[in-house]
Amino acid sequence: MLENYLPILVFLVIGALVGAVFLIAGFTFGPRRPDAQKLSPYECGFEAFEDSRMKFDVRYYLVAILFIIFDLEIAFLFPWAVALKEIGMFGFLAMALFLGILVIGFVYEWKKGALQWE
Amino acid sequence: MEMIQAALGWLPMWLQVLMMIVLKIVVILIPLMLSVAYLTYAERKVIGYIQVRIGPNRVGPIGLLQPIADAVKLIFKEIIVPAGSDKLLFLLAPILAMAPALAAWAVVPFQPGMVLADVNAGLLYILALTSMGVYGIIIAGWASNSKYAFIGAIRSAAQVVSYEIAMGFALVGVLVAAGSLNLGQIVLAQSGSILHWFWLPLLPLMVVYFISGVAETNRAPFDLAEGESEIVAGFHVEYSGTPFAVFFLAEYANMILIATLSAVLFLGGWLSPFQGIPGLAEGALGAPSMLWLFIKVAFFLFLFLWFRATFPRYRYDQVMRLGWKVFIPITIVWLLVVAGMVVGELPPWFA
Repeated sequence: MLENYLPILVFLVIGALVGAVFLIAGFTFGPRRPDAQKLSPYECGFEAFEDSRMKFDVRYYLVAILFIIFDLEIAFLFPWAVALKEIGMFGFLAMALFLGILVIGFVYEWKKGALQWE
Repeated sequence: MEMIQAALGWLPMWLQVLMMIVLKIVVILIPLMLSVAYLTYAERKVIGYIQVRIGPNRVGPIGLLQPIADAVKLIFKEIIVPAGSDKLLFLLAPILAMAPALAAWAVVPFQPGMVLADVNAGLLYILALTSMGVYGIIIAGWASNSKYAFIGAIRSAAQVVSYEIAMGFALVGVLVAAGSLNLGQIVLAQSGSILHWFWLPLLPLMVVYFISGVAETNRAPFDLAEGESEIVAGFHVEYSGTPFAVFFLAEYANMILIATLSAVLFLGGWLSPFQGIPGLAEGALGAPSMLWLFIKVAFFLFLFLWFRATFPRYRYDQVMRLGWKVFIPITIVWLLVVAGMVVGELPPWFA
């Protein structure tokens, strides 16, 4: 059972290695002549002003928070979806109720304007 | 297979097992990398012809060596690590983008019984790994110490995360229909005829899944993360040489992955379209084969290129509106419809 997952682990390691091999090849064969101008952050010809780790719109946070709620919901749906044929009508109604509650929350977000990007 | 196993017989048992796994991975990876290389070529050719140009035609016959020339060029370019960047994260980001794009192939079934890891949680693993890709982008944007890169990264993160919800719901719909997380079982659940494939009962989910896939891979018309007309190149503006190439390869590997998953989940994977048609199904045409899968994948990949050549880029508020206000309601409603069909044992799919 668990040994089925070994190839996945090996594949993850090899996947990372493929990326690393490319980087190493680049460092080996590419020239290396850095200077101050070349290494300065790109800013359309200006000297960079301010820190580039700047403030950004709070709505990005909001999207992330809403994402967590919905993603959890999907995680709850997975076992239900696999077992639906066995649990039949009762399972269907239970999940309809669960989805109904989440839809109420979704409508609330929508009406509050949390999904609004003018 | 047995011959190779016999040749490795002198090694300790654990090393034999490991060598076999590595060998199988290489057998998957080499065609995959070649497909990635020639997908970039196909993209330039297809878009070229759509725009009444010829596309690359100088390197080799009809430009066929172009991707190889590109790769060689990128390897010999200087790698610039900008001042003020977080050097470790800057170089780690492309690897983090690449590893999940490749490793997701471990559970993709190519033919009956031909899958590297026949795990029961296949679909869950795919969902997990396709979401991992966003780490590469956001770390690249943050580590670059560039405003363009940073803006591109947060945009991309918010976008990927939004479309992942619609994608997840579409996957749950497939699960309900197939009753299994194992990708091979999902394909088998679609056998019968072309009308038994899930594209018919799950049509809205297929459309949502594929479009979300385009958004998830940051491809046109959802390529705001690198909208070159406003933020230059987005998260990889500071990347050059091979780190840039790795991002590029990861993006194309992800495209092929999304196309393959769409084919496996909705178009019956390796199943033949002639199955169930009297007179055609008996011969080689009706037999399940890897070739059918490849034809379906090519179809979806062509859609990717066609979209890029046809649609103008979305505005950011339009992207978010489409994800949250159109796709999520559609998928929730259709999920209930599919569940109703399964519980009601609607023929011909769920009887």
